[in-house]
Amino acid sequence: MAEMAASGESPEILFWVGCAGSFDDRYKAVTQAFVKILNKVGVSFAVLGPEEACTGDPARRAGNEFLFQMQAVGNIQVMNGYNVKKVVTACPHCFNTIKNEYPALGGNYEVIHHSTFLQQLINDGKVVIKGGGDFKGKKITFHDSCYLGRANNVYEAPRDVIKALDVELVEMKRCRTKGLCCGAGGAQMFKEPEEGKKDINIERTEEALETGASAIAVGCPFCLTMMADGVKNKNRENDVQVYDLAELIAKDQGL
Amino acid sequence: MSILPQIIFLLIFIVAGYFLYKRISFLRRAIMLGKKSGRTDNPGERWKTMGLVAFGQKKMFKRIVPAIFHLFLYVGFIIINIEILEFVIDGLFGQHRYFAPFTGTWYVVALNIFEFLAFGSLVASVIFLIRRNIIKLRRFTARELIGWPKLDANLILFAEITLMTAILVMNATDQALADKGYSHYVQIDGLFFSSMIKPLFIDMGATTLFYIERVAWWLHIIGILGFAIYITYSKHLHIFLAFPNTYYSNLKPKGEMRNMEEVTNEVNMMLGIQTENAPEPPAEIARFGAKDVNDLSWVNVMNAFACTECGRCTDQCPANITGKKLSPRKIMMDTRDRAEEVAMSLEKGGKGLEDGKSLYGDYITKEEINACTSCNACVEACPVNIDPLAIILEMRRYVAMEESGTPPQWNAMFQNMETSFSPWKFAPSDRFNWADKLKEDNQS
Repeated sequence: MAEMAASGESPEILFWVGCAGSFDDRYKAVTQAFVKILNKVGVSFAVLGPEEACTGDPARRAGNEFLFQMQAVGNIQVMNGYNVKKVVTACPHCFNTIKNEYPALGGNYEVIHHSTFLQQLINDGKVVIKGGGDFKGKKITFHDSCYLGRANNVYEAPRDVIKALDVELVEMKRCRTKGLCCGAGGAQMFKEPEEGKKDINIERTEEALETGASAIAVGCPFCLTMMADGVKNKNRENDVQVYDLAELIAKDQGL
Repeated sequence: MSILPQIIFLLIFIVAGYFLYKRISFLRRAIMLGKKSGRTDNPGERWKTMGLVAFGQKKMFKRIVPAIFHLFLYVGFIIINIEILEFVIDGLFGQHRYFAPFTGTWYVVALNIFEFLAFGSLVASVIFLIRRNIIKLRRFTARELIGWPKLDANLILFAEITLMTAILVMNATDQALADKGYSHYVQIDGLFFSSMIKPLFIDMGATTLFYIERVAWWLHIIGILGFAIYITYSKHLHIFLAFPNTYYSNLKPKGEMRNMEEVTNEVNMMLGIQTENAPEPPAEIARFGAKDVNDLSWVNVMNAFACTECGRCTDQCPANITGKKLSPRKIMMDTRDRAEEVAMSLEKGGKGLEDGKSLYGDYITKEEINACTSCNACVEACPVNIDPLAIILEMRRYVAMEESGTPPQWNAMFQNMETSFSPWKFAPSDRFNWADKLKEDNQS
C-alpha cells in the first residue's frame, strides 16, 4: 500500500490479510491462492503489509476492550490515511470487526468477505470455472463460519462459489443458521477449551465426515485449523481434505 | 336470586387486581435495575420484528411439531380470553350467557371456536407433559431445571388442562340443563366438542348439574385470575413479555459487540486524538463490564424475565453439546433470579445490591462464561430474541478489565497483541513474508 500511495496510485481494493493469513503456515497458502486469483483477473489491489495490525477481535471477545480499541484505532488511522474505501478479507472475524465495529471508532469502509468477492467474480464472468480436475463429481461439504453466517447473514455466497465448480455440494445436518461452531470463536482459538466430554471441533468434524464428502470447504482461518485438526484426530487426513474457498477456485484455475 | 355471588365476584376481581398490580410493580422494579439500553431507534423495524417474531411466531416454526401444539395454546389463550368479557358481565350483573340472545348464530360459531381451541389446548398440554416427563427431551432434563423450574412447567400445563376442562364441562352441563327445559339456560345447538361429553351428564339430576355447571364456571374465572397472578412468579411470563422483548430486539448484525464509549474516550486521549465533541468525563466512574444485574441494560434483564426456559438455546450451544458447564438458558435464569433477589430485598428495605452477593461469582461462574465461543447459536435459536451472549460478553469485560482474571493463555495473547500486534508471537516486520514465495514464483 505504501508503495502505491507513494507513486500516487489508489488501488480499487485493500486486501486485508489478517494475522492468520500472514503468519499461519496453512493459511498463508490461502492468502497466496487469493492473491493469485486477484492477479489473474487483474484487480488493482494493495495490502498493508507490516502496517497491518490485528483487528483486535480476540482481545474484545476475551473482554479486553482497551486492547481492542488500541488496535482498532491504530488500524483506522492507517486505513483512513490511505483513504481506503473498499476492504476485502478472507477472515470472517476481521470482516465482522472492520465492517460492524470500526464505524463506531471512525472507520467507515465497504467491507466484503472473500466468499462474496469470489462469487461476484464468477457472476461477472471474470473468473470462468474450468471444471474437471481434482474435484470433478466429488462431494464437498461447506462448514458455515459463525462470524460469516449467523453474525452477518452470509450463507449463500460461499455455497454459490462451490456450486459453480464441477462438484456435488452436500450439507451437514446442522448448516446455515443452525450451523455448529468449529469451537474457535470468541477467542477460544487462543486457549484450551474448558472441561467437557468432547472438543467442539471433533463433534463438528464427525458431522462433516458423516456426509461422505471428500473435501470440507471453509471460509475462515480458525475453522480451517479446527477442521483440519479434527480430520487428523480421526485419522482421515489421507482421504479428506480441508480447503478454503479461494484454494478451490485457484486449483480449478490451475493457479 | 341472591346478590351474594355478584358481590363475591366483584371482591375476587378487586383482590386479584390488587395482587396483580403489586406484582407488576415489583417486576418493573426488578427489570429497571438495569441501565439504559438506547434501543429506541427505528420504531418501524421494531414493530415489524414484534409482529413477525412474537405475534407471528416466526421463529417457533423452525421446529414444526412443538410449533403447532404451541400455536393451539397461544391462539387459545388470546381467543378464549375474549370469553372473559362475557364472564365478567355475567358475574357482575347476575346474567347468564349475556351475549347469547342477540348474537344468534355468531354465538354458536364463537363458542365452537372456543371449544375447538380448548380441546386443542388440552391435547397440546397433554403432549407437552409427555414430552417433559415421559419422553424426557434433552432440553427438558438439564441440571438448571431440577426442582422449581420443572415443577413450574408441569403446574402450568396442569392449570391449562384444568381451565380447558372447565370450559368444556361448563358448556356440557349448561346444555344438559337447557335440554331439560330450564328457562335460565339458553339452548345452543351444535356445540361440537362439549356435546360429545354431554352424555356423561345427561342422566344427572338438575341440582347436581346446576352445581357442576356453577363450579366449572367459577373454576374457570377464578382459575384465570389465579393463573394471571401465578404467571408473575413463573417462567410463563413470556406470554406478555415476548412482545416488548421482541420490540427491543437487537437490530444490528449479531456479530457486532457494543462499543464502550468510556474506553474510546480514554484511548483517544492516550493516543492524543482530538475528537470533535470531546465528551465530559463521567461524573462517577462506572464499572467496566458487568458484575451484577445493575451493570446490564434493562433489556438484558427483561430478556431474563421473558425467558420461558424452553432450552432451545442450550440445545444449540456448542459448548453445552460437548459437555461444558455453560448453558445459555442458565445464564438467563440466573440473571432473573438475581434481579428478583435484589428487587425483593429492596422492597423489604434490605441491602439490595449491597448484600455481598453478585450475579457473576455467586450465580454464574468464570468457567461458564469462558466456555462460550460467541457463535450466536443461542441468540439465533431463541423464539423471542433473547440475547444470552450479550450478558456473557459483558461479564468477560468485567473479568478482564476489573478483575484481571482472564485465563493465562488469554493474557499471553493480549501480551502478543500489545507487543507485536498479532495474537501470536511473530515479528510485525514478517507480516509480508507470505509474498516471498509468490515473488520467487514470478521470477522463475
